[in-house]
Amino acid sequence: MSDLATQRLIAQLVPKGSRVLDLGCGDGALLDLLQRERGCSGYGVEIADGNVIKCVQRGVDVLQLNLDEGLTMFGDASFDVVLQIDTLQNLRNAEIMLRETARVGRIGIVAFPNFAHWPNRLSVARGRMPVTRRLPYQWYDTPNIRVGTFKDFEVLAQRNNLRLLDAFGLQNEREVRWLPNARASTAVFKFERS
Amino acid sequence: MFEAVPQSMSFASPLALRSGVSVADYTLAYETYGTLNADKSNAVLICHALNADHHVAGSYAGKPKSEGWWDNMIGPGKPVDTNRFFVIGVNNLGSCFGSTGPMHVNPATGRVYGADFPVVTVEDWVDAQATLLDALGIRTLAAVMGGSLGGMQALSWALQYPDRVRHAVVVASAPNLTAENIAFNEVARRAIVTDPDFHGGHFYDHGVVPKRGLRIARMIGHITYLSDDVMNEKFGRSLRSAAEGESVGSSYRYSTQQVEFQIESYLRYQGDKFAEYFDANTYLLITRALDYFDPARAYGGNLTAALAKATAKFLLVSFTTDWRFSPARSREIVKALLDNRRSVSYAEIDAPHGHDAFLLDDARYFGVVRSYFERIAVGSEGSAAS
Repeated sequence: MSDLATQRLIAQLVPKGSRVLDLGCGDGALLDLLQRERGCSGYGVEIADGNVIKCVQRGVDVLQLNLDEGLTMFGDASFDVVLQIDTLQNLRNAEIMLRETARVGRIGIVAFPNFAHWPNRLSVARGRMPVTRRLPYQWYDTPNIRVGTFKDFEVLAQRNNLRLLDAFGLQNEREVRWLPNARASTAVFKFERS
Repeated sequence: MFEAVPQSMSFASPLALRSGVSVADYTLAYETYGTLNADKSNAVLICHALNADHHVAGSYAGKPKSEGWWDNMIGPGKPVDTNRFFVIGVNNLGSCFGSTGPMHVNPATGRVYGADFPVVTVEDWVDAQATLLDALGIRTLAAVMGGSLGGMQALSWALQYPDRVRHAVVVASAPNLTAENIAFNEVARRAIVTDPDFHGGHFYDHGVVPKRGLRIARMIGHITYLSDDVMNEKFGRSLRSAAEGESVGSSYRYSTQQVEFQIESYLRYQGDKFAEYFDANTYLLITRALDYFDPARAYGGNLTAALAKATAKFLLVSFTTDWRFSPARSREIVKALLDNRRSVSYAEIDAPHGHDAFLLDDARYFGVVRSYFERIAVGSEGSAAS
């Protein structure tokens, strides 16, 4: 997900000039791109020490916080856009964090690995958990503790009264809009509170 | 290792203090490192905490072991790089290391101030530091930085002189002290004030020093600067006799007054050392300044409203095991800055050393500070962003 092409695809979902909160911002590359090319401002939230330093080096404002402790620091609708790019699946309280994302941001954008991508289905059909370029971990060491699919997220979004503004898959740095649940290794959703 | 040269500057015009009193004819001890650039855009002010001073970095000529108290952080090639920045350390008013303090003569009475030295606040210190910068011809600080009580001064700079501070670096600090924290200070003060050698703060006239009180004040302080873990790791339940080379497994002395445990020995040593050089009235003044600091007070406790004035960019750093200035307190400052849509970065360093961590080497902590200062634009350097 750190490749530039993917980042540009995500960046296009963010309205120009937005005030952005990027949850699990990694090394700050996406926020940096949004600041430089789309006139955005905002903060990244990151837990890993090395990534915090990289953000500071880039001049991206970063807050070292544990997302599993919630977003109490951030006020209601205090950001135009809240991003959770490859973050949701690592969180113990994924549903609460999804609700928090919708509370803090006027728009939420979530991207996560789609477990229903056909090679994953094939692997499970053969009796083994998938290990792919997108999911490079073994079942016993994966940080992806929330394993969900494109369709699963649609159900979760409805359950939490989120209105989907856009939803598509990503595969090989391209948008997948036809059968994304089977054809894309990454699911992308843009939503707001309904 | 580079050479530090202590300097001092005297000020004739009186400084008005928050208490309503003013100090006339005051002197500030200070040191500078590095070179002020042509457009004076590379000045960094370092504010000190309770028992430190203006000797921040470097060593004095012929005294190789006289490193400044933040020498690991500040110097040529260090996180706050004196090859790029002109760094200033100032001893605060009321301190006992060269600036005008309670051990000096009050020009109004011809007597040593003692307990009559006026109560000084963090805001007063910042005002005094500003007069020094005026005298040095420095209008704007590239950054103001401090840890603990020094961090409070850095924060206060951004509120009192918002147009004179580009960056504020606030380490292991808090927007005010909690009741528990004031309580620790009060125990320390009572230890000093009730020492028979204190003489109501005029002990200088009696040729004595309230060392017993100072020792206990320091012992209490030390306990709160460390974490439970680090204390256990360093001392555990080891007995002093073992350290003195007596047979291992030696038994208790069954004494209530002799030093039995290593931790006692350590605290007594720290207390003795402190009582030799620190002024009792200064200890009272500085702990009181800590207690009084509360920028939100004038805004009904609303820190967000209080910080609306701050326009500087901020870096905050806290340490997970610091229970005297806990991460939660730093996060309050971060939140107030977020509410005001200010530029802020925050690092929460998972270090075991408690409050003391802010003075210790840590690759993550130093890495963040170094990276932050590398981004601070200076003079005509092209690439940096701010």
